[in-house]
Amino acid sequence: MIGRALIHVPATAKRGDVIEIKTLVSHIMETGYRIGVTGQPIPRDIIDDFVCTYNGEEVFRATFYPAVAANPFISFFTVATENGTLAFSWTDQQGATRVQTAQIKVE
Amino acid sequence: MSRYSRRKILQVSGALAGGGALTRLSIRPADASLAMMEEAVRKAIGNAPIEKGKVKLDLPPLVENGNSVPCTVSVDSPMTATDYVKAIHIFNEKNPQPNVISVKLGPRAGRANFSTRIRLADTQTVTAIAEMSDGTCWSDDIYVIVTLAACVEDPKP
Repeated sequence: MIGRALIHVPATAKRGDVIEIKTLVSHIMETGYRIGVTGQPIPRDIIDDFVCTYNGEEVFRATFYPAVAANPFISFFTVATENGTLAFSWTDQQGATRVQTAQIKVE
Repeated sequence: MSRYSRRKILQVSGALAGGGALTRLSIRPADASLAMMEEAVRKAIGNAPIEKGKVKLDLPPLVENGNSVPCTVSVDSPMTATDYVKAIHIFNEKNPQPNVISVKLGPRAGRANFSTRIRLADTQTVTAIAEMSDGTCWSDDIYVIVTLAACVEDPKP
């Protein structure tokens, strides 16, 4: 299950500025390589896709493998072009998606 | 460290029937060998030649806990509409799987730089490869010493 996400986006920016975005989402990211107490391998359970869109246009996408640590943290940059909404979506291997948005004001 | 179930151990020893069977108990699960890593790299970027440079992979050289290792990749690129970084991939040699993370960016990124936290199962070399918009590929690698490996601890009962 994909838990709560923390997102840091600057509230305001100057047009053309390169802004840093930080996201952290709560997820176990079980690798599938560990053996459980019953002796059976613990099944893999990972988020494998992360996308950030800026007013609907994709600006960053990441594919996660089991080597990404639990509670995936990712920080990246984008150019502040216009007022609008940044939408972040995480999809796990079962196809469940969590979407969270943030507003940005561009002067 | 229960890397193997009793059933698996019995299967292995059964298959070897006596003699050297016990020595087999110390084998580790298949690591991402160099060949596997090479295959994963080729799958990600195709047959383009890879050159050293332009990419900077930042990882602590000595890692105390392989479960969460901060990692930053930055690529020297103007990130304009005609000259930008298309994708960045991180690979490792010795985790069970060679891929770590792949990111796609474009001119909208403004700066070819991202950070995340990764797992490292062993002391090994980690490689970052950047694909440019003109089709060239650049790489950087770093040797990381890991004292507590990821993926081996027993899960919570």
